[in-house]
Amino acid sequence: MLDLIASDLFRNAVAAGTIAAITSALVGYFVVLRAQAFAGEALTDICFAGSAGAALAGFNPLLGMLAFSLTGALGLGLLSNRARGRDVEIGMALSMATGLGVLFLSLYAHHSASHATAGMSLLFGSILSVRPEEIGLMLLCAILVIIVLGLISRPLLFATIDPVAARARGLPTLLLSVSFMLILAVAVAMCVLTIGALLALSLLVAPPAAALRVSRRPNRAIALSVLFGLAVAWGGILASFIGPWKHPPIGFSISSLGAIVYLSAYIVEKRTRSLSMRSSEHPGKEVMDEGR
Amino acid sequence: MLDLLHYQFMRNALITGSIVAVLSAAVGYFIVARSLTFAAHAIPNIGFAGAAGAVLVGIFPVYGFFAFALAAAVGIGIMGTRAHERDIVVAVLMTFALGLGFLFLSLYSGYAQRVYGILFGSILGISAQNVLITGVAAAIDLVLLLAIYRPLLFCTVDPQAAAARGLPVAMLSVLFLALAALAISLSAQMMGALLVFTLLVGPAATANRLTRRPGITILIAALLGLTYVWVGIGAAALSGRLPVSFMVSALAFVVYLPVRLWARPNRNKKTGPTLNLDITTTGRDAPTEAEECSIL
Repeated sequence: MLDLIASDLFRNAVAAGTIAAITSALVGYFVVLRAQAFAGEALTDICFAGSAGAALAGFNPLLGMLAFSLTGALGLGLLSNRARGRDVEIGMALSMATGLGVLFLSLYAHHSASHATAGMSLLFGSILSVRPEEIGLMLLCAILVIIVLGLISRPLLFATIDPVAARARGLPTLLLSVSFMLILAVAVAMCVLTIGALLALSLLVAPPAAALRVSRRPNRAIALSVLFGLAVAWGGILASFIGPWKHPPIGFSISSLGAIVYLSAYIVEKRTRSLSMRSSEHPGKEVMDEGR
Repeated sequence: MLDLLHYQFMRNALITGSIVAVLSAAVGYFIVARSLTFAAHAIPNIGFAGAAGAVLVGIFPVYGFFAFALAAAVGIGIMGTRAHERDIVVAVLMTFALGLGFLFLSLYSGYAQRVYGILFGSILGISAQNVLITGVAAAIDLVLLLAIYRPLLFCTVDPQAAAARGLPVAMLSVLFLALAALAISLSAQMMGALLVFTLLVGPAATANRLTRRPGITILIAALLGLTYVWVGIGAAALSGRLPVSFMVSALAFVVYLPVRLWARPNRNKKTGPTLNLDITTTGRDAPTEAEECSIL
């Protein structure tokens, strides 16, 4: 068991998982705050189409994913100002992307049995087969994302919480939306590479959503988000490598841990809220507590 | 090409596909009208876990699919309409269910084909028994939907007035979602869990742009759905490679896009629902939106 942990396989998985977890925790915080989980979902399906198309054409899936998702993000970002209540339109576009992915993957899997099994990794993750060059690319992307996020985080937060005031102050809200969508595309691509298109959303959304249930203060929530994200990623990888059952797939372990972390935070928050409401002397107490 | 009809699997596929297209049109109309597109996405993905579990245990996937889909639908119905919170909870549970389904199937040797089958759908595996089950279940679904058609329409268009009139809005909501889960489960056999959404929402969303009258919308949606399914099955059978689900999703999108961009349904003289802020008028004077929309 210990030699399994000492293996290259494990180290690559941890490296890739760590990079993906940190990036998606940071970006995911804004996704949850901006209520853009559905757009994230759309990007995972676009990544699916990109990676399946790349596999069929013989390219590196990560590059295919980035190409498709950055393009898709541009479109989503330009439309995002009018995206409220556009679920049907986003849903239809998402289905078209999924349909293309289904087509590409069907044709790819049809080719041979090994292709068929390889196709699973597009859907459920290929963290175990991430090569060192890909880890290098992921690191580069992560650094870029963090730099851009660092630059736009304050205006983005402002525009998210109070878009009207932000626009009145002259903030370029459209540019912010599009920039955010582009880095979301990169973060999503990383999640899809590690745990697959179908499960990627959990790494992107569950840790930040759990963090936001614990604290709404930005600095604390972001730090907690990263903490939860790393816990989920590392915990998932460990559980799969040394798990008492038959080594469950890593994608399953990570998405399950994400669900457990989020639901725990949800339950704890509901309990705390009801307790404090019962014991507070006057209704303003909770607000005052928050402000401390 | 007509000699394809000599094959049993083609006839089964066409019959099942037609039944499912019509049912999806009726259910899909309400999915779009009630802004439940996210549910139409989440329910089939959760159903996938059920189908995978069924395969592992050795029963028909569609039963497992329906069990999980129904649970998901009822859960979503009970959670109500606090949109933002609900979206996150549903997204997290959906990915957990997908992971669970993958776990179930990975315990099964030769699992890749099974996964593809449930996720992408297939026109090949439809037996005569499948056709019978689909037909009977769809008939039950349509009858129940017809039974609650008027109250459901009222609740959809004006939930507050409906509640004021004494209609059980919450219960109708959950009941409708249960009927949707059944329709989704039947459709997923051929369309696959990943693309059920397109047959459910595509035709209805397209038809919704062409007319405001619910009955006509459903009719147009049914015709569109039938067209997509027949062309899709034909193309899949002729090429031997193209998945039916892809064909249907592509057709649905390609027809939806221009209609969405250019068609505008004839609006009433009023510009949509007006907020009556005049406290001197009693509620009876202005026609409610429910009364404005003709029920058929």
